[in-house]
Amino acid sequence: MNRPTAAPRIASILWPIVLTISIAGLVLGSLATGAADVSLSELFGGGEAGEFLAVSRLPRTLAAILAGASLAVAGVIMQMLVRNRFVEPATTGTGECAALGLLAMLLLAPEASIFAKMAISSVAAFAGTAIFLALVQKLPPTQPLLVPLTGIVYGSIIAAVTGFIAYENDLLQYLSVWMNGEFSGVLQGRYELLWASGAVALVAYLFADQFTIAGFGKDAAIGLGLNYRTVLISGLSIVALITSFTVLTVGMLPFVGLVVPNIISRFRGDNARATLPLVALMGGFLVLASDLFGRLIRYPYEVPASTVFGVLGAGVFLWLLFARPARRG
Amino acid sequence: MARTFIFLGICTALSIVAFMVLGARGNWDFILSFRGIKLAALVIVAIAIATATIVFQTLTSNRILTPSIMGFDALYILLQTTLVFTLGSFGYVTLQPEMKFALELLLLSSAALLLFGTLLGRGIQDLFRMLLVGVVFGVLCRSLTSLLQRLIDPNEFSFLQGSLFASFNRVDTKLLMIAAPLVLGSCVLVWRKRYVLDVMALGRDQAINLGINYRRELLIGLTLVTALVATSTALVGPVTFFGLLVSAISYELVKTHNHGPVLIIAGLISITVLVGGQAVFERVLGMSATLSIVIEFLGGLVFLFLILRKVRA
Repeated sequence: MNRPTAAPRIASILWPIVLTISIAGLVLGSLATGAADVSLSELFGGGEAGEFLAVSRLPRTLAAILAGASLAVAGVIMQMLVRNRFVEPATTGTGECAALGLLAMLLLAPEASIFAKMAISSVAAFAGTAIFLALVQKLPPTQPLLVPLTGIVYGSIIAAVTGFIAYENDLLQYLSVWMNGEFSGVLQGRYELLWASGAVALVAYLFADQFTIAGFGKDAAIGLGLNYRTVLISGLSIVALITSFTVLTVGMLPFVGLVVPNIISRFRGDNARATLPLVALMGGFLVLASDLFGRLIRYPYEVPASTVFGVLGAGVFLWLLFARPARRG
Repeated sequence: MARTFIFLGICTALSIVAFMVLGARGNWDFILSFRGIKLAALVIVAIAIATATIVFQTLTSNRILTPSIMGFDALYILLQTTLVFTLGSFGYVTLQPEMKFALELLLLSSAALLLFGTLLGRGIQDLFRMLLVGVVFGVLCRSLTSLLQRLIDPNEFSFLQGSLFASFNRVDTKLLMIAAPLVLGSCVLVWRKRYVLDVMALGRDQAINLGINYRRELLIGLTLVTALVATSTALVGPVTFFGLLVSAISYELVKTHNHGPVLIIAGLISITVLVGGQAVFERVLGMSATLSIVIEFLGGLVFLFLILRKVRA
């Protein structure tokens, strides 16, 4: 799975550097873009313009990077656990379950603290994904495309249930906020949960080797001395937490976890310890780019980042379905 | 078979009566004509979706793919939005509704024939890949649609929103005069081709062996399907799993491959579910817009069930 040749040595340094520089460029662009007409030098000069920076533009930029990076990491982990290139929180019902959990809390315990809501939403996401995994176990391993197909339909069934409940209680508005990720509402004090999401993604990095081994399949992993069950449960927890953090703060960004790991794995292989930082950087880069694109294309109106990414993601997904599998990967 | 026909006929009649009568108060003349128009629209939609799905499944010789799952109606909405985007809302609104619909139909037919004609021309080798391609293609169309809608001036968009998105509750009755003859005409053509369809259902190679001009019939069939889907989408908006639900129940009820009885049964079931469901949800339960959600839910379950059964077989 990993390419043990000499050339990657340069590439392994080059990739992170190029990505970091691109992100830095985007960050500057993102900080300079907004409805208020303020130049970059004014922004950093403090005063009223500096407040823009601290309250709105910097949080928004950070939120996009954090959400993108952690969702991409969640995608990689799912793909290793399910052993399928096409799964990610939006094609396994995870996002829909997180929203269902949030909706339940809104109806049953509207007074609950944000942490209680978070907890229930994560539990729902975890349970929903576990059910999906159990369902997938029944599918023949010779039909890898059945997995995402089943997952998408499973997600839309859950979405129908959620939609029904939300409609009857006049809560559809909330649902559309949770399911359509955008960053225009991000302000200081309203996105900080995403730091927790980023922290969870960092924890995933500590377990990277275990996930790589789990990606060999259950029997092989157990044969290699891995506590498969524990790794599976911790992986699912990481995915559930990241998904529900994202759904609650900025809304679901479908396909991030699908597109990014597939691009990275085509060029850099599947060793999680080596690729996870790249995946995170690429995720942050692409989501920030989508957000910036959405802000510029119809300035001063905005297009949600999830809409921009939806087009990109579905396009890449179709390409992956038709393209030959990368033999060298 | 005869008993199934009679039973379904009674069900259809009952749901139509329920739809017209339940919860009616006041002037009967007004009620009957008001509801009659809506009923006519729902019946047309029901027949269009049922026929389109059955024909499409025959053309692709399988029982899981449907036009909506392949993204036909998402494509239609995308084309409609593209028209608004390129013509501007003023240009779009000032177009005659008939002209507008004809233009959209032409665009959809050419796009669908181009996309799916090449995709389906060789017969389906890998059903699951095709299904996934269809689902993702639908997602792509919907994402592009919402992107374009965001790019249209917000003021213009809010003005247009009403006319763009129909639903079971807000049936676009203006189009009824064009939709009715179109759907009926297509259905007559399908009916006359029912024996050809019986042969097509055997699969591409068998059909060619038996002397069918496969490419020609495929093109005709796809064009009819496109016309039917476009009409139903224009009237009530996209419904992903309804066609699948109807065709699954039909084939479960009639154990035959002859298109004659299947088409009639599917039409009756479709009317019963749509009209009866709307009557129950709107009049009895008081939950107006949720019929489509329930249909999507049930249809999704049926879809999963069919896939899993296909895998077992």
